[in-house]
This record gives sequence, structure tokens and C-alpha cells, in this order.
Amino acid sequence: MEPGKSKVISVLVENKPGVLQMIANLFRRRNFNIESITVGPTEQGDISRMTITVNGDEKTLDQVVKQVAKQIDVLKVGELEQGNFVMRELSLIKVKVKDAKERSDIINFVDVFRGRIIDVSFDALTVEITGTPDKIDAFLNLMKSFGILELARTGITALARGTKSIRIDG
Amino acid sequence: MTKMTGAQALIESLERQKVDTIFGILGGAILPVYDALCGNKKIRHIQARHEQCAAHEAEGYARASGRVGVCMATSGPGATNLVTGIADAYMDSVPIVALTGQVPSSGVNTSYMIGRDAFQEADIIGIVNAITKYSYQPRSIAEIPEMVNNAFYLASSGRPGPVLIDLPKNIQAGTADIEFTNKINLRGYKLITEPNPQKISEAADLLAKAERPIILAGGGVIMADASDEIIQMSDLLMAPVATTFMGKGAFPETHPLSLGSIGMHGNPAANRLIGEADVLLAVGTRFSDRATANLNTFAPDAKKIHIEIDNAEINKNIEVDVPIVADAKKAMKALLKATSERLQKGEGKAWTKRVREAKEQLSPLLKDRPREVVPKHLLFALRELLPENGIVTTEVGQNQMWSALYFRALKPRTFISSGGLGTMGFGFPAAIGAKVACPTRPVVDIAGDGSFIMTEQELACSVIENIPVTVIVLNNSVLGMVAQWQRQLYDRRYMAINLGKSPDFVKLAEAYGAQGFRVGSVEEFQKAVKTALSSKITTVIDVPIGSETDVVPFVPPGCGLPQQRGDY
Repeated sequence: MEPGKSKVISVLVENKPGVLQMIANLFRRRNFNIESITVGPTEQGDISRMTITVNGDEKTLDQVVKQVAKQIDVLKVGELEQGNFVMRELSLIKVKVKDAKERSDIINFVDVFRGRIIDVSFDALTVEITGTPDKIDAFLNLMKSFGILELARTGITALARGTKSIRIDG
Repeated sequence: MTKMTGAQALIESLERQKVDTIFGILGGAILPVYDALCGNKKIRHIQARHEQCAAHEAEGYARASGRVGVCMATSGPGATNLVTGIADAYMDSVPIVALTGQVPSSGVNTSYMIGRDAFQEADIIGIVNAITKYSYQPRSIAEIPEMVNNAFYLASSGRPGPVLIDLPKNIQAGTADIEFTNKINLRGYKLITEPNPQKISEAADLLAKAERPIILAGGGVIMADASDEIIQMSDLLMAPVATTFMGKGAFPETHPLSLGSIGMHGNPAANRLIGEADVLLAVGTRFSDRATANLNTFAPDAKKIHIEIDNAEINKNIEVDVPIVADAKKAMKALLKATSERLQKGEGKAWTKRVREAKEQLSPLLKDRPREVVPKHLLFALRELLPENGIVTTEVGQNQMWSALYFRALKPRTFISSGGLGTMGFGFPAAIGAKVACPTRPVVDIAGDGSFIMTEQELACSVIENIPVTVIVLNNSVLGMVAQWQRQLYDRRYMAINLGKSPDFVKLAEAYGAQGFRVGSVEEFQKAVKTALSSKITTVIDVPIGSETDVVPFVPPGCGLPQQRGDY
């Protein structure tokens, strides 16, 4: 991997207070570059999954995985290999609407991107769009010409493809 | 099941861990634990005079004995004062358990509670996150026994380190049915101790064929009790052994194949020969910047084998050819067997000759007995006066680097110094802790005037608690190491280094009820040390030395080990 590329790691952690701080703190003090981090419960209630996108060269990423794995509350770390995992990010975008033409243009774009309009007012539309970060970036680019009033992105969450899993028993 | 308070459950859990000493200072939020300790016959409480020292004392105890050291403080400032000691233990992988009081997690008075900025409240768990192996805060009383088991297991196993238990006052004071257990519940703790046989085989192939093998023993060798295996491997391969600063004592420094320690102020023979080796066997080391100097010139021609218990240390600073993640003793035993099976005897004469030559030329032994009062002569003299198992601690700075260069450590756990964090003021409280762990052995702190003054108040602790140690103050009236850097690297623009002649260390010692001597010659020094070692009270020996004495040799910052300047 060349310098400056991103990698996604999937981390199973104890679902208890302080674990997110511990991971965030680790990245800061080891000078690792965190692009996004998402956390949520797994099929086992006492375990959470963190999906972390990190940026760095191969040596740095090797260190990231080892240092994360070393934490006592980390149960398992898996690297998601390029092309071998599915990932999604959800984004909510509030777009300014001047007139009926703009409104229908935006609705057309939303259809093409398989998004949904989740709130409507006279001068704005709120769009929900799910996909890879690239897809969301492309959509945002189109929306810029209308004017983005507000934006919220979740950061990516991901799982390995097929039956290959990152589980504590596997 | 027994009904008892959280504080009683804590003390009984500590007893079950065979804790015999706690170094601490009490305060409001830890009072229930002190109350439970009142009249206890199994655990001795040693009253420190500053919580930082309580932590260093626990470190000294742990490093001298190999057992977990325990320190204790109250909430807020008590806990934050421990922080330097905890950070020191983290950097040098010292097994300590720190117990702190905390304001209540719930109670009748809701303004005196965690999260309300209560009196003497500090978020110690948040503060020590980056400098502990793990930290705990019990939410219920019943959790305490298993939590203590976990804490001691974490502190002492794998790569050792500090663990903190923060005890809300209501948890200490409240009562519950307690069931004691030996259970340890740490499903996320990934401990690899057995070496991978494939890697052992690869390493043995390299070592058996090596023409110029060298062994680098780090602090992990001492922690894993693997010194004997290092000696056997050295004998087997006729390989010279260098240590890191933290590894000092892992290999007897009077052994013909000992090179002393490598590093910025390393022994010249060690720094030179490590660059000539064709195979490097590094054991229990994290390749710190002070040990390796510039990475580009560190053992450039050597195939590198790295035995290390912490997987995260593999390829962190130095890329290695054969990584072996395992307990150092187990890995060395396996490697000894595999190497001796492959080894063809009768080679390596040229290397042995080169090692002998390098030692004679670069690191000559002190043959005559000069009278000059310079650290080198003093430290050679001290070695002659101390028994093999005598324990030396050091402060940080020139005193420490002179000790690294000239004091020959002969046994593991007899040389104790703050390597990673470089904490001035460490040596004296560490000496007190070491003496508590090993009461029949002499303990000497090699100090500088700048360092000693940072924790000298522990003289009160050593006198009142009857823990006699010897402090040798190499007194140059300046903060010597930074003065040396200003002299050499900042064109003699001295700033903030002058300490003058204050205090008078003899009077200072006497003020605390200890004894003090000032010496002006090597003979007087020898006499004072002899008196100190046979005394039943703590002794401070003030040795005035020149204020412009440099520690040489020296590898300037950014340079590699071969670019060392100055004679041994």
C-alpha cells in the first residue's frame, strides 16, 4: 500500500464505558491518522464493533493493528482486505431549493443515486443517501451547485464478504 | 460468602495476592481502606512523604524483587501526584498496582459525587489512560475480589506494567456479601508465551552459521529471569553480549564476553562491535532511541532476530528478519537447544580475537588507583566495596550515565534506574522500595545534587520507617547533563542550570535524623561508603566534583552509534 492510502479495520471490543476513549486516545498518542470511526453493538450484546478507517503507510498500519490488538478491552482486530468486504456510509444532506425546477432536478438526482427524500419544506429538501464514501462524495458534488445547508455523515461501517467473519470465536 | 465492607474485601484480596507492603499516603477519600488496614499484621504500610515517591518506592520494590509493588493515595491531588511514578512504571514495564481513593459514585449528598467537581475529585482513570496497562473503577462492592485478581495478573504477566484501581468512597465503605475467588476474567488479554517452533528453527539456522554473532539483552531478560539462558547462549556461540541500559545486570559485566551497555552513552566496545556483527540476537528490548541512536547505522549488516513478549514491539523501530513473540526464557531455552543441535564447533576465532581487542582498546579497565575525585574512579571504587548482590539505583542525568558506563552490574535486579521516562528523583525512593524488598542487602542510590533534591524529603520516610539506604551525591552544583548539552551543543550559553552550594547535604541529612559525610578524596569516599554500608541509619555522602565534567563518550543527537565521541 502506498503512503496516504486508507485501510479499514474491524475491531470487536468489550461493550463498556471508556472503550471508545481508550481507542481514540491510542490513535492520538501514537500519532495515527484516524479518518472515521463508527461504533455500535453486534449480535452479541456485550460486544461492540468499531469500524475504523485509518490512513498511513504499510508500516504505520501494521503498528495500528498491533497497538489496537494489544488493548485489554479489544477482543479481536481484523483487517478488511480490499475488494473483499462490503462497506456503507449513511449521509443526511439538507439542500437549498429555489424553485420548482430545482426541486425536480434534485429529486431526479436522488432517484439516480437511489437516495430518499426524508423531509420537505418550501425552500429545502433533506436527502438520505447510503453507499460507499465515493458515491456520497459524487452526490455531494452535484448538490453543491444547489447549495448544501447542512450535512451529516456517519463514517463507514463494514463487514467481510461471504461467510468469512471477524468474530471472537472465529 | 462473608458480609464485609469493600475496604475489607480489598485488603483481604491483597493478602490473597501475598502483598506484604503498601507504600502510601492517606487522605479523606481513602480513609475506609486505611481503617481496614489498621492493626493488620500481614501488610506493612510505609508512609511516604509524597505520592510520587510512594509510586517510585513500589517500583523499586518490584524491580528488586520481581513481585508486584503496591502504592496507595487518596483522590484528587493524591492520585495526580502518583502520575509521574505510574508513567515511569509504564515506560520501564514495571509491575505495580496503584490504589486510589475517589469521591463517591453515589450517595446522600449528591454534590459530593463523581462528576460534580467534588472536593478533591480528579478523573484519574481518564488521566492515566495513556500510562497504564489497564485501569479499573468498581461499580459494586462484590466486583472487588475478581478485579484485584485481574489487576495483579495484568500487572505481572506478559509485558509487565502499572494497573490502577480507583475506589469510590461509597464502594470502600459500603457492605456486601463477598465471595473470594481465584478467578481471572480477561477474555481480551492476548498473551503469547510459547515461541513459534518455525521461527526458533529459522533463528537457530542464522545463529549456527553466524561468523560474528552478537547478543543484545534488554530489560525483558531480567523480567523473564532469562539471564542464565543468555549466559549459556553466549558461551555456546562465543558471542559477546551487550545490554541495553534497562538490561544492565542481565549479563555479568565482568564476564570476558561482556561489552557493557550500548547507546548514546554506551560503552565504546559495545557501540562499535554491534555495527560489525553479522547476526544480532536481541532479547526483551524495544529498541529505544537512546539505545540504537540513528537507526540507519544500527547493526546495518546484521540479520536480526528479535525475541519479545509484546507483539507491538516487533518492527516498531527496527525491522527484523526473525521475530519471535514469546516469553524470553521459554524462547531462549528453545533457541539454545535448536542452535546447539546445528552448531559446528571450532569456528569464530577471528571474532573472539576482535572482541578481545576492541574491549582492550576501546573500553580499558581501570588498572591503577588514581586519587582524582572523578565519577569513573568513584564508581570503580564503589563496585569493590559492594557485594555482588548489592543493589544500586540511580537518579537521572550525568550520575545515571556515569553509572551506566563505569558501574559494573553483576546480577539481574541489582541495577535499577529510570530508563524510559528519565525521572529525576526516582533513585532515592526506588532505593527505599528496594531495601524494603531486600532488607538484608545493601542499597545505594547514585545521585546528582539536582535529582536528589527532587525527592530528598523521603529521608524522613527512610529514617522514621527504619529503612537504611546510602545516597551518594555526585555534587557538581549544576544540572549537569543539560549543562553538558548547553556546553557542547548550545555554544556554552548556560541557562537555568546553576544550583550553587545549596543545600548543605550533610546538614540536610542530619536535619532528618540521617547521617551525612562530605568527602574530598577517593580514600575518604571509600571510608564513608564502608561506614554507610555498616550503619543502621540512612547515610548521605556528599562528593563535590567539578561542575564542567562531561559524560563521555557521547553519541550526539541524530548520529549513529559508530559516531561516538570521546574516550572511555
